[in-house]
Amino acid sequence: MFDFGDYTLRVVAAGSAILGITSGVLGSFAVLRKQSLLGDAISHAALPGVALAYLLTSSKSPLVLVLGAALAGWLGTLSVRSIVKRSRIKQDTALGLVMSVFFGVGLVLLTYIQRLPDASKAGLNTFLFGQAAAMLGRDVATMFVLGSLAVLAVVVFWKEFKLLSFDPAFAASMGFPVQLLEVLLTTLLVVAIAIGLQAVGVVLMSALVVAPAAAARQWTDRLGIMVILAAAFGAASGVTGAAVSSSVEHLPTGPTIVLVASVIVALSFAFAPGRGLVARTILQRRSNRRFRLEAEG
Amino acid sequence: MTEPRQDADPGGLAIDVEDLTVAYGEAPVLWDVDLQVPQGVLCAIVGPNGAGKSTLIKSILGLVTPAAGRILIEGRPYDDVRLMVGYVPQRGSVDWDFPTTVLDVVMMGRYGTLGWFRRPGRNERRLSMQALEQVGMDHLSSRHISELSGGQQQRVFIARALVQDAQVYLMDEPLQGVDAQTEKAIIELLRDFRAKGKTVICVHHDLQTVPEYFEWVMLLNVKRIASGPVGEVFTDENLRLTYGGGLAAAAPGRRDTAEGII
Repeated sequence: MFDFGDYTLRVVAAGSAILGITSGVLGSFAVLRKQSLLGDAISHAALPGVALAYLLTSSKSPLVLVLGAALAGWLGTLSVRSIVKRSRIKQDTALGLVMSVFFGVGLVLLTYIQRLPDASKAGLNTFLFGQAAAMLGRDVATMFVLGSLAVLAVVVFWKEFKLLSFDPAFAASMGFPVQLLEVLLTTLLVVAIAIGLQAVGVVLMSALVVAPAAAARQWTDRLGIMVILAAAFGAASGVTGAAVSSSVEHLPTGPTIVLVASVIVALSFAFAPGRGLVARTILQRRSNRRFRLEAEG
Repeated sequence: MTEPRQDADPGGLAIDVEDLTVAYGEAPVLWDVDLQVPQGVLCAIVGPNGAGKSTLIKSILGLVTPAAGRILIEGRPYDDVRLMVGYVPQRGSVDWDFPTTVLDVVMMGRYGTLGWFRRPGRNERRLSMQALEQVGMDHLSSRHISELSGGQQQRVFIARALVQDAQVYLMDEPLQGVDAQTEKAIIELLRDFRAKGKTVICVHHDLQTVPEYFEWVMLLNVKRIASGPVGEVFTDENLRLTYGGGLAAAAPGRRDTAEGII
């Protein structure tokens, strides 16, 4: 269907696979720690970072923009943490607050940039809804390095992250620096989101954090398998979505990727063995029938 | 600082808390609390809801930062003795739908000893299977934790504490909501601990079973009402002071829990 021999498409597919894997892996921990919405806050909060990074450096080099995005996203999560800690405002309100304020500032800055006479500004607004076709070889190289680092960190700290996600109080009682580990895990999530922003866009990036992980959870009861499956689902959504959107003109990549991810989620919710809707309905019918027979017999 | 106290057991104190005050915001949760528990006893902490029982345990474990006070475990600050201390949190404090198996949860008890980066291996697996055998759960080792009943969940937590191989155990309501058989099994294990000279401190709700299960007790309601051997301090008068005026019903011997009275 798609010509993967085409260089541009190959670059786009590779980039989308990397961002899908990274967000699938880190998204698994976000979902298990009940921080799905944090991904949304981080990605929205990253927008002003992208704009400011461009304004300050006049560069659209991927590393500069990703760094700007990551810094702003990280600042956003820091704001959420300190609001929750220092006031009576609850986590969800703090998330909503930070997300909309940062996003608002980002939109204002983007509008300002659009009015600049500089021609190099073109392409920055793809950060809203994502444009995978705009991905270049150097973008993918940056994504690969950062994504590999993030995934490698999860492998290295596997035992610690698992304990942190399941029972943080127990981890702390054994002397693990829980706050430090939390900050590290959140930072890795920020990295995962930052490298996906160009292709998927700030508005929908959080879906790629949550959807593959939620789908993967349906199929397995082991953390290791869940993380690997989430990475696979993320990569599949990324590659398929990017390929479809590159072959249709004016179809933004973000929504396409998210649509593919949604299909995977829907299939998983319906057909996964054990936790899936179909399996559970069949099980319920069977045991109802057995009980009825036993009761009658 | 560590001069011996009058009520100290010659064998030394497992827990020595002095002048502990903890506040969340404006309200003190614990006010000027002292607690001395000698080594090798089973000690219950009882008191009404909101008395600060869990907070006391968390303070001893360094999970909560006190406003004031000094805490020693086996005569030393907690940071020096972390691996000598085991913790059983409230069963409801974790998500039992987390994707992991029974054996995996028990092995987490070895993570402290393993330290950074090292993964659990054959030795951890063997110790964890032994612990599961001790709590009668070895046949369920590869089950997903969401398939467990409340009593089984508690047994898994106790097994995780077993593999910690600690000297002092702090347990937050290990008998809360478990079936009679599990309660008996857990008490047997706690008595095993005691026989090995270990110290166990439990937040406990069922006042009626205090004299049967524990020989040391602390009555707590923000302030320490009393602490010491059950025979001396577990009196009607002290219970009234702990649970409030018209609560003579709290007297031991009534088949009531503190929950039921309040």
